[in-house]
Amino acid sequence: MPDEDKKRAAHRALVDRVLNAEGRASPEQRARAFSNDGLPPPLPTLIGKVATRPAQVTDADFAAAKASGYTEDELFELVICAAVGQTARLYEAGLAALAQATVDGEAG
Amino acid sequence: MRLDILNRGYGPGTNLLFALIRVFSRHPVPDAAKLVFYRPGFYGTRAKEFTHEAMRGPSTWPVADRELMAAYVSKVNESAFCVGAHTATAGQAYQDGAKVQAVLADVETAPIGDALRATLRMLGKLTREGNVGAEDMREVLSAGVSPQQVEDALAVCAAFNTTDRLADAFGFELLSPEGFEAGAKYLLKRGYR
Repeated sequence: MPDEDKKRAAHRALVDRVLNAEGRASPEQRARAFSNDGLPPPLPTLIGKVATRPAQVTDADFAAAKASGYTEDELFELVICAAVGQTARLYEAGLAALAQATVDGEAG
Repeated sequence: MRLDILNRGYGPGTNLLFALIRVFSRHPVPDAAKLVFYRPGFYGTRAKEFTHEAMRGPSTWPVADRELMAAYVSKVNESAFCVGAHTATAGQAYQDGAKVQAVLADVETAPIGDALRATLRMLGKLTREGNVGAEDMREVLSAGVSPQQVEDALAVCAAFNTTDRLADAFGFELLSPEGFEAGAKYLLKRGYR
């Protein structure tokens, strides 16, 4: 396997693990955190910040999630899924742009 | 950290390891290290494998350049812990801390080559805006960066966009300058595994 594929394979393995491994949060909740879409309140505040403005996460965001019944282990998993999910979209966008630039270059 | 399980949720073997690290390094165990030891089957093991492959796996980007990319992406994300950690690591790898500071202050005027500058510019846009286009990539390629180097840089960018988010969300405690330098020495010697 070429080295570049080892990097992408290692990334795919991480994505697969956080979405599909046995966990405390359900696979459905983890998928929603990963895609930053469709979680019930108050989670969208915390998960949305993790995805798009992580420096603004506060203690209160975690406190609100815990007060609505989420355990620390569930939040550990959902925050990780949100971070890995947003990053996977960035990575894919970069690789897609590179593929397009490379194909266009060859065509031109 | 903001979750008690990440401060106190470790077994006896891991606690012993943390104690040994404190004794031998004479610094607290960085929160970045603690995170990957918590339920490692869920995140830590595979995160370390991916990060190590991106940062230390085969690439024509030197380790110093990859550490600089990590620091730069972290700066764009305003992730104070990761900026501190990878500013120190890149500075040690180049043996030139001033160069790293110059890049973080202004990538356009920093004393680096056009290929690295164009790559950092693209990684910054991708991190800041969540997207880049073929035109952005053509600019990088025309600066002399190979498609493989772009892929390698995107892997670094992916690894640190994940770590930055977790550092800020879980609230990694900042280290002293000496603590960051000690961590940098470890990362250059042992990598991320």
